[in-house]
Amino acid sequence: MTAEIEGVFRRESGRVVATLIRFCGDFDLAEDAVQDTFLLALRLWPSEGIPPNAGGWITTTAKRRAIDLIRREVRLGDKEALMSRLETMPENLDDWSDDRLRLIFTCSHPALALEARVALTLRTVCGLSTAEVGRAFLTSEATIAQRLVRAKHKIKVAGIAYEVPGPDRLGERLGAVLAVVYLLFNEGYAASAGPQLVRDELCDEALRLGALLHTLMPSEPEVSGLQALMLLNHARRAARTDPAGDLVLLPDQDRSQWNTGEIEAGLALLRRAARAGSVGQYWLQAAIVAEHARAPTAEATDWPRICRLYDHLLSVTRSRIVALNRAIAVSFADGPAAGLRLLEPLSAQLDGYVYLHVARADMHRRLGNRAASAAAYQRAYVLAANDVQRAALSRQLDAATRG
Amino acid sequence: MVTVTRYIALIWTKHDTDADISADEVAGYDAFARAAAEAGVLREGSALHPVSVSTTVRLRDDEVLITDGPFVESKEQLSGYFVLECADLDEALRWAARIPGARHGAIEVRPLFRDHE
Repeated sequence: MTAEIEGVFRRESGRVVATLIRFCGDFDLAEDAVQDTFLLALRLWPSEGIPPNAGGWITTTAKRRAIDLIRREVRLGDKEALMSRLETMPENLDDWSDDRLRLIFTCSHPALALEARVALTLRTVCGLSTAEVGRAFLTSEATIAQRLVRAKHKIKVAGIAYEVPGPDRLGERLGAVLAVVYLLFNEGYAASAGPQLVRDELCDEALRLGALLHTLMPSEPEVSGLQALMLLNHARRAARTDPAGDLVLLPDQDRSQWNTGEIEAGLALLRRAARAGSVGQYWLQAAIVAEHARAPTAEATDWPRICRLYDHLLSVTRSRIVALNRAIAVSFADGPAAGLRLLEPLSAQLDGYVYLHVARADMHRRLGNRAASAAAYQRAYVLAANDVQRAALSRQLDAATRG
Repeated sequence: MVTVTRYIALIWTKHDTDADISADEVAGYDAFARAAAEAGVLREGSALHPVSVSTTVRLRDDEVLITDGPFVESKEQLSGYFVLECADLDEALRWAARIPGARHGAIEVRPLFRDHE
């Protein structure tokens, strides 16, 4: 029963908190009211059963609770005004989407530190507990709690508005929102610390958030692009590690293990977004992953088309990481020597980046330069972030030295 | 719940003397101040003389300690400020981005305490 009640609150709380914040102007008060409502449900529902309109029950109860909390607050200045304002909050909104978007944009405001934005989004939009957010980032609950307190304090004191930005700034601010979602997904997809490669719960949260954004902003091509990108990557997760938990690289993956449902969903999103308007960096990245997803075998990959997509992506992002990936694509389209030439100008700036050395090692290996390949694998091994990646690099290093 | 907040925009630049500031930049500050005043946002503001004429005071064990120069020695120094009254942080940041010093230095935006805080 407890798990069931948790499930109901996980689905409903983000929505209720979002609207409560609009009416009371206070993140903590809104969260406390919903948390108290959850505790009440844990007491009542096991004997009385889950009410038929659980969402409505939570809304009404949390609203009453928020009003009670304000009444008891000793320090609060304009109590009466705030309480009567909360009284006007509707309990049966047909459309909650405006408030959810307000909450998402506020949690991702660029005036907050990136790590605070991610923690705040997980806690407030996704409804994870502070302890769960802590586990998600392998950080103590106390650290996360402190991060959340600071972020909420800044929102209040610095006057960060609870609103969806106007059309003139929507593009830029949407970028900040998508960055939070994608960071969450990537942290789950290639864990930056710890024993596991993939941390499913983070990927699932990111996909849920991406789907919510897509429901709220269905005509934004970049929202669809990001959701497609996550789905297409997520589709490969079963094939990314072998039964022993070791990393399997893209060319060696068993493509029959790829999730065709997620691939189809991703491709459909891409097609629709391309028709909707001009595409951006997430759409382009997704289109590149889609080329891999479409190829029946690694050999059948359309590398010249991938190179063209990378050219476009590089002109949009001017990112060194994109330049590195473009060099890798060129090494498959035009040969490893052409790829190595493109790595040269990146070497100094990306020297601390593990994938630069992995790419160089692989290109030298394909050219038969055994010593250069081994040296690059060695450098990559030192820089590796997690145990699974280290183990894979160690195997490649062995193979390179033995030849 | 329409509230306004006063923000101080602290202008950090590398200028060491007034002579470093071009006539164009001075005109830019005038234009900014005019625009902000017309929009009803500007409360006050001023340029500061360079740190070469600043003096720092501390009181320790009832003794006043006076030193020549700024509190923080850094390449960039506080060279001026504006107090802007805005509906929210985004509005304050939009104005701050129009301050000429933002082009080469940085503008730090901080809320001032409200009366009841």
